[in-house]
Amino acid sequence: MIAKRPLSLTVNGRDYQRDVEPRRLLTDLLREDLGLTGTHVGCEHGVCGACTVLLDGASARACLCLAVQADGREITTVEGMGDIGALSLLQEKFKKHHALQCGFCTPGMLATAHEILADGAPLADADIREALSGNLCRCTGYEHIVRAVSEALAESISGRVQPNAG
Amino acid sequence: MKPPAFDYAAPETIAEAVQLLAAHPGEAKLIAGGQSLMPMLNFRLLDPALLVDISRARGLDDIKTNANGVMVGAGVRHHALMRSNDVAQRLPIIAHTMQYVAHMAIRNRGTIGGSLAHGDPAAELPLLAVLLDADLHITGPAGDRTARAADFFLAPLTTDLGEDEILTAVAFANQPTDGGWGFEEIARRSGDFALAGAGAVLTIQHGVIADVRLAMMGVDETPRRLPGVEAMLLGRAWDANARATVTRQVRELINPMSDLQASADYRRHLAGVVAGRALDTAWNRAQPQ
Repeated sequence: MIAKRPLSLTVNGRDYQRDVEPRRLLTDLLREDLGLTGTHVGCEHGVCGACTVLLDGASARACLCLAVQADGREITTVEGMGDIGALSLLQEKFKKHHALQCGFCTPGMLATAHEILADGAPLADADIREALSGNLCRCTGYEHIVRAVSEALAESISGRVQPNAG
Repeated sequence: MKPPAFDYAAPETIAEAVQLLAAHPGEAKLIAGGQSLMPMLNFRLLDPALLVDISRARGLDDIKTNANGVMVGAGVRHHALMRSNDVAQRLPIIAHTMQYVAHMAIRNRGTIGGSLAHGDPAAELPLLAVLLDADLHITGPAGDRTARAADFFLAPLTTDLGEDEILTAVAFANQPTDGGWGFEEIARRSGDFALAGAGAVLTIQHGVIADVRLAMMGVDETPRRLPGVEAMLLGRAWDANARATVTRQVRELINPMSDLQASADYRRHLAGVVAGRALDTAWNRAQPQ
């Protein structure tokens, strides 16, 4: 029997302490141990992007990160990217442009899009497609997603609206 | 799936990590960014008794420059190498080629040393190391040693690295400032492993190729240069004849595999295409102003 390890991390601004097996994936820590089921689990080998979260502000696959590797780090999940009463800029644009249908890929899409906005570089639609290429959507919603991210990025850069998470 | 059970250690120094590897012969695996190892663990292709996590070990995450070139610590993330101004100025082929490595979230976590030590024959970092004749700095119980990239990759996912050794850095020499470079790859989707890829660097004197290297990836057991093609090109201008000869010779010299992504024949075809394109770009970039 392998001993559990003490783990302390910050998720969406709140501090958590847990004891976890070394093999515990960050996805399972978030979903099973912390009850944050907004982070979705698709392929569990880094291909689909559904589990993408922000790890110290940079997008990362939670299924390719051990929970113990996140010790002392700051995680942002979709639960920390705005809420129903106060949508983030990206969420507003996703809503406006119908950039989600079933919603399975959306938490990962938002995490990636947050990094694009935080990076702040102006991107052509082709570059946005490239940046989103690690997130699969099976509702064929890419056109709308690119439109939403493009408009959010333009507004974020022009300074009319600040991204409110990430 | 979920990874099998393993014990875990996160040493703060490379010396401790070497000791842990030496104390668990055949049973320990190194992890850093985990972007290749974690899928293998989740698929249960591996079942190590101990994971030695060097992502918190000191001294692995610097990009250092000196008169000779750039030394990249094994713990440097792909993203950092791609965005490094020093690298972009001295070795633009590296900055350019890094954008082909997987996706943003993978580049944020994956490390340079991890990619080299993993040794995927279709990966960009091993190709760059072979093309640019990089030196790999390795440490182990017996001390430090240096391996040439050309001698490091032995077979798919198999390198010269011993079970108790750690790759600590890769040193790339400066390239001639008047030289040209090109990198081309074809993948089924953006960020997928390449079906075929080629890198080329060359210099021109008196209107002909004075020095040239051509390396291929994804079309053989390891990334490799093609010395016969390089020798054929010396002293020639890059014209339609040279291009046709390169395309034919590349297809003859490689040994691609068939898999679910592409047949060997298709890879052979693509290899000739990307080699021609990489040399096109290198020749055009090297033209005197």
